[in-house]
Amino acid sequence: MSIKDLEKIFLDKIEKEIKIEPKDWMPEQYRKTLIRQISQHAHSEVVGMLPEGNWITRAPTLKRKAILLAKVQDEAGHGLYLYSATETLGVSREQTINDLHSGKAKYSSIFNYPTLTWADIGAIGWLVDGAAILNQVMLCRTSYGPYARAMVRICKEESFHQRQGFEILLTLSRGTDVQKAMCQDAVNRWWWPSLMMFGPHDSESTHSEQSTQWKIKRMSNDELRQKFVDMIAEQAKILNVTLPDPELKWNPERNHYDFGEINWEEFWNVVKGNGPCNKQRLDARRKAWQEGEWVRQAAAVHAEKRKARETQQVA
Amino acid sequence: MKNFILKYYYGDIPEDKSGGAADARQTATQSDWPLWEVFIRSKQGLDHKHVGSLHAADAQMAIENARDVYTRRMEGVSIWVVESKYIHASNPEEAESFYEPASDKVYRHPTFYNVPDEVKHM
Repeated sequence: MSIKDLEKIFLDKIEKEIKIEPKDWMPEQYRKTLIRQISQHAHSEVVGMLPEGNWITRAPTLKRKAILLAKVQDEAGHGLYLYSATETLGVSREQTINDLHSGKAKYSSIFNYPTLTWADIGAIGWLVDGAAILNQVMLCRTSYGPYARAMVRICKEESFHQRQGFEILLTLSRGTDVQKAMCQDAVNRWWWPSLMMFGPHDSESTHSEQSTQWKIKRMSNDELRQKFVDMIAEQAKILNVTLPDPELKWNPERNHYDFGEINWEEFWNVVKGNGPCNKQRLDARRKAWQEGEWVRQAAAVHAEKRKARETQQVA
Repeated sequence: MKNFILKYYYGDIPEDKSGGAADARQTATQSDWPLWEVFIRSKQGLDHKHVGSLHAADAQMAIENARDVYTRRMEGVSIWVVESKYIHASNPEEAESFYEPASDKVYRHPTFYNVPDEVKHM
C-alpha cells in the first residue's frame, strides 16, 4: 500500500471517530506531535509534585497532611500512565526522562512558580488543577487510544484534587483576618499563571491547527481559557475572594465573562527557562534520578539473583 | 555514576557468585527495567482486564508497583502481570482479511431467525 492510501485510511478513522492504536499506521508528524505532547504532560505531572511536596511536612493538620500525600502520590501515578502512553509510540522511558533532564523537553510552566504559604496548596488545587481538568476532560476524547485511556483514568482521580484545594481555601476564607488575607494573597499570585496554562492565543499557537485536524485537541486554547474563567469567577464568589483582574466582568451579550490580557512577556520568559523556580525544579529532578541510581541497580541485581536461585532449584 | 558499586553480593552467597566489576558493568547497562503489562480483576466473578503498563525489575516488583499505581482506590482484587515482550498481537494491517471469515455469517446471530409473534420468549 502506498503512503497516500495509508494516509487516507488514517484520516478516515479520524473522521469516523475511530481511535488510533499503537500498531496502526500513522503519519510521522502525528507520532512526533503525540510524543511531544504526552511526554510534556507526563513531565508536568512529575514536576508538579515538587511545589506541593514542599508543604507535606508543614501541612497544618494530620488530616491535611494525609490528603496532600495522597494527592502527590496520585500525580506520580498520572506521570506513569502518561509515560507508558508515550512509550507505545516507540520512544524508551529512559530517553523521555533524559529529555526532561537535559532541558530539551518542556513541562507546564505553572510549576516554575513557588509555593510560599499553605494557602498556595489550596490555590493550586482550585486553580491549577481546575485548569488542568478542563484540558484533561477534553483529552479523554483525543484520537490516540492509549492517551485517551490514560486521560479517563486521570480525570477520575483528579476531581478530588480540585475539591481538596477549594476546601483548603474555603476554610481559610472563613477563618481569621490573617487567614483571609493569606487566601487572597495566594489567589492573587496564582490567578494569572493559571490562565497562562492554556497556552498562547489561538492566533499565535503554532501546534493548534494540525492538532485540531487530527483530533488530538478538541477545543482551542482560548475556548478552554474562557470556560475556565466562567467557572472560576462564579466559584470565587463563594470563597469571597477577588480575582486580580479589574477588567473581569460578566458580559450578558456574549454570555461569558470578559477578562484582561495576559502578560505574555512573563509567559514566554517562564517558558524559556527564566521563571522563579525553573532551575530549582530541574535540579531537583536530576538529583532524584541520580540518587535513585543505586536503587535501580540493586533491584536489577536482586532480580538476577532470584532468577539464578530459581534456575538452580529447577536443576 | 554508572559503575560505583563494584561488589554487590553480601553474606551467604557461593563463591562463584560473589560479584565483580564485569558483572556490575553488565547490570548497570540494564538499569532500564523491562516493561510489564498489567491486568486487573476489579471484583470476583469478572475477567482480568488490561489497565496499562509499567517498568519493574521482576514479576514481584511489577505486582507491587501495579498495586500502588492501579489500585489506589480499591480498583482490584487480583493482579496479573506479564512481560510485554511475551505478548503476541494480530496485525492491524491484515485486519480485513483476517476477520473476513466471520463477516458473511449473519446466521450466527439470533436476529437472523424469524420467530412468529405467538412465541413470546425464545
